[in-house]
Amino acid sequence: MANDASFVEFQRVQKSYDGEILVVKDLNLSMPKGEFLTMLGPSGSGKTTCLMMLAGFETATHGEILLDGSPINNIPPHKRGIGMVFQNYALFPHMTVAENLSFPLEVRKMGKSDREAKVKRALDMVQMGEFGGRRPAQLSGGQQQRIALARALVFEPELVLMDEPLGALDKQLREHMQFEITNLAHDLGITTVYVTHDQTEALTMSDRVAVFDDGRIQQLAPPDTLYEEPENSFVAQFIGENNTLEGVLKSVNGDECVVTLDSGEEIDAKPVNVSQPGERTKVSIRPERVEFNKDRLHADAHTLKATVQEFIYMGDIFRFRLRVAGRDDFIVKTRNAPDAVRLKPGEEIEIGWLPKDCRALDA
Amino acid sequence: MLAADGTPLKKSLARALRMQKIRALLLIAPLLVFVLVTFLAPIADMLFRSVENQIVRDTLPQTVSRLSAWDSDEEELPPEEVFEAFYVDMVLAREQKLHTRLGTRLNYEKTGLSSLFRKSGRGIGRFDTDVYTDALVDADPSWEEGATWEDLFSNAGVRSALPFTASTWDRWSAVLGADGKNSSEEDIEDFIVTALYTEVSKGQGAGVDARVDQAASAFAGIEPISIRSQFADIDEDWADPEVWRTIHTYAPPYIDGYFLNSIDMQKTPDGIEQRPENQRIYLMLFGRTMFMSLVITFSCILLGYPVAWILANLPMRTANLLMILVLLPFWTSLLVRTSAWKVMLQQQGVINDVLVWLGMVADDGRLVMINNQTGTIIAMTHILLPFMILPLYSVMQTIPPSYLRAAKSLGATNWTAFWRVYFPQSVPGIGAGSILVFILSIGYYITPEIVGGTTGVFISNRIAYHISSSLNWGLAAALGTILLAVVLILYWAYDRIVGIDNVKLGG
Repeated sequence: MANDASFVEFQRVQKSYDGEILVVKDLNLSMPKGEFLTMLGPSGSGKTTCLMMLAGFETATHGEILLDGSPINNIPPHKRGIGMVFQNYALFPHMTVAENLSFPLEVRKMGKSDREAKVKRALDMVQMGEFGGRRPAQLSGGQQQRIALARALVFEPELVLMDEPLGALDKQLREHMQFEITNLAHDLGITTVYVTHDQTEALTMSDRVAVFDDGRIQQLAPPDTLYEEPENSFVAQFIGENNTLEGVLKSVNGDECVVTLDSGEEIDAKPVNVSQPGERTKVSIRPERVEFNKDRLHADAHTLKATVQEFIYMGDIFRFRLRVAGRDDFIVKTRNAPDAVRLKPGEEIEIGWLPKDCRALDA
Repeated sequence: MLAADGTPLKKSLARALRMQKIRALLLIAPLLVFVLVTFLAPIADMLFRSVENQIVRDTLPQTVSRLSAWDSDEEELPPEEVFEAFYVDMVLAREQKLHTRLGTRLNYEKTGLSSLFRKSGRGIGRFDTDVYTDALVDADPSWEEGATWEDLFSNAGVRSALPFTASTWDRWSAVLGADGKNSSEEDIEDFIVTALYTEVSKGQGAGVDARVDQAASAFAGIEPISIRSQFADIDEDWADPEVWRTIHTYAPPYIDGYFLNSIDMQKTPDGIEQRPENQRIYLMLFGRTMFMSLVITFSCILLGYPVAWILANLPMRTANLLMILVLLPFWTSLLVRTSAWKVMLQQQGVINDVLVWLGMVADDGRLVMINNQTGTIIAMTHILLPFMILPLYSVMQTIPPSYLRAAKSLGATNWTAFWRVYFPQSVPGIGAGSILVFILSIGYYITPEIVGGTTGVFISNRIAYHISSSLNWGLAAALGTILLAVVLILYWAYDRIVGIDNVKLGG
């Protein structure tokens, strides 16, 4: 029965468009009420299909989608009561802003005075109170975005879906809107499913992020877990910047292991989804967790020789491209602190890291 | 504002753009000339014919000028001098074979005038006016020679004293000259002598010239001949004031008679009034043309909208394939398609045969679907359908499917989503298609001609009839002008109500 822990639930959902290829393979997902969940993934990973199935515009080939405990597979979209914000806003161009907002209330046969009050409240909520009489074409992209949001919220749905709603905005506006959307969602206590391919957006806005690839959820976790503890190499690569080194697991000792790289050098790592010595592995280490100050490492920690290839000044951070273990694309980032070292191209250094920051993942 | 070199900015901008403008003009020049010469000029000329009426004045100049003094409201014939002028005009017209054309023209206004003029052309040579000539030649045989008259009218005093005779002589010389003949070498004709008689017998020109006085004395004893009764002898219709009223009414060079005719009105001595009921046809035809064009336009919307919707929502490849099927009719001749409908719809045709075979219609109760309005509507809807589908399709293509989804996600049923969100956005396409189909069908000719019978023909068929059969081009032009005006008014009304910038043919 209905419980707050699984307000939206996907149970073994599969979807195929052509009967040959599964776009969504065995999707299981459970969302508590009030959560802001982001579906993140490259294009073609099945995230938008999942959203469309939830909205009712696509039917699941197999499996059950539950909303508030009851299956909605056979409920047409207009009876699901789910608010939705579309990629290009889909504001009706022949109606004014107020008419757009009034539309969902009209089809719900709401009285005129109620409608006007709700429209006004929704417009005020997105700080667009004075724009009710305008046509969508007379608004800027950011204003249209707000109206689309207000329209999805005006009939007070408990669940709101957003399909890459910020894709068409410029960077500054996008960051501002990310903030506004999250605040609004939390203030109103609505459950939100947000689809994007922008990982920054996913990390900054969400309570939890579902990383999609190849029709499956690769990892479902809060942003910090996702970033710091990726469970497989796809997630590690997809989220944030990442250095990958390939090798073979040499020995495992509880939470730590030693990996022999293909270049013959040995490093410390934390085994995540490898356990047997001799298994091939990809180790993943974030650029900002690499140390070149040996004092901060264990005395017996393994280090690697590195040659500085390039120094990139980025203002708040420094970025170095190093040649490590036969590869030219090893990135290290340091904060532009007063005591920060500026390495010059050609300099030879030694780098290392804490074993827990270096995750040995599937190959 | 000044440019960098001190010339006004506007001026240097104009100079910079001049080359561009000249180039653009040169690029469109061939088409522009082509359109002007083959399209706009003929149309303007044709439309001009709806008011143009030079023929009466050109053929009967003297009659028209003398008739203007006649009070056409009286139940009386015009005075004798009008008949005298008419005699001269008719003889000259007959020499140039213009009288039959005038008869045809006036026959549009009053039936019977064509044969009256034809008959009079034959009879006019047998007038008794030869007594004047005989009397004159008896007095002096040189009167028979053209040279004598030539001489006489080279005298300016004679010319001003006898203006009617002088102008008659001049016109006669011109007519002969056009034939390569010289009037001074020809024998004199009775009508010129008659003209001289009418003036000299009134004492005009007395004392101006010896020859005029000689003519006056030669004419002195002759009993005057009534030209009026001479005409009445040819045909008693000439004694009917109605005939003269018609000539009087249609004497001006520009008239509104064709337009009145086009709306079933006519000019009478009492002013403008409706034609008798059995002669009214054009208003009914205009009404029918409008009504059927509207029906055809609505049928096209009804049939075309779902097709355009499907096309717009299919994947590109399939849509293109189906679009070829929509355009397929354009690959066959209009005549073939219309004839095909004839085969399909006639009483012994395919559809009736199938219905009879299925037992849905009794053999003696076969449906009449052709040579009436039904036939015209069916065939024209089929033929004009692509003109509806194409603009609808191109407009619908630009409506993203996300609008419908948005509407549904907001709680609208399929129908509400369509009606409140999709349909309003497709209105520009309906508008464009409707204008196209309506304007095309309002002037359609071939299809109603073939499948329309008598009850399914349009005003355009009547125009074609007047252009090619009755040769009443003036009336055809007036009907065409009214049709053009109606289209322009509808276009204007559409612009006021819907807005012409809401019409999209593509993109």
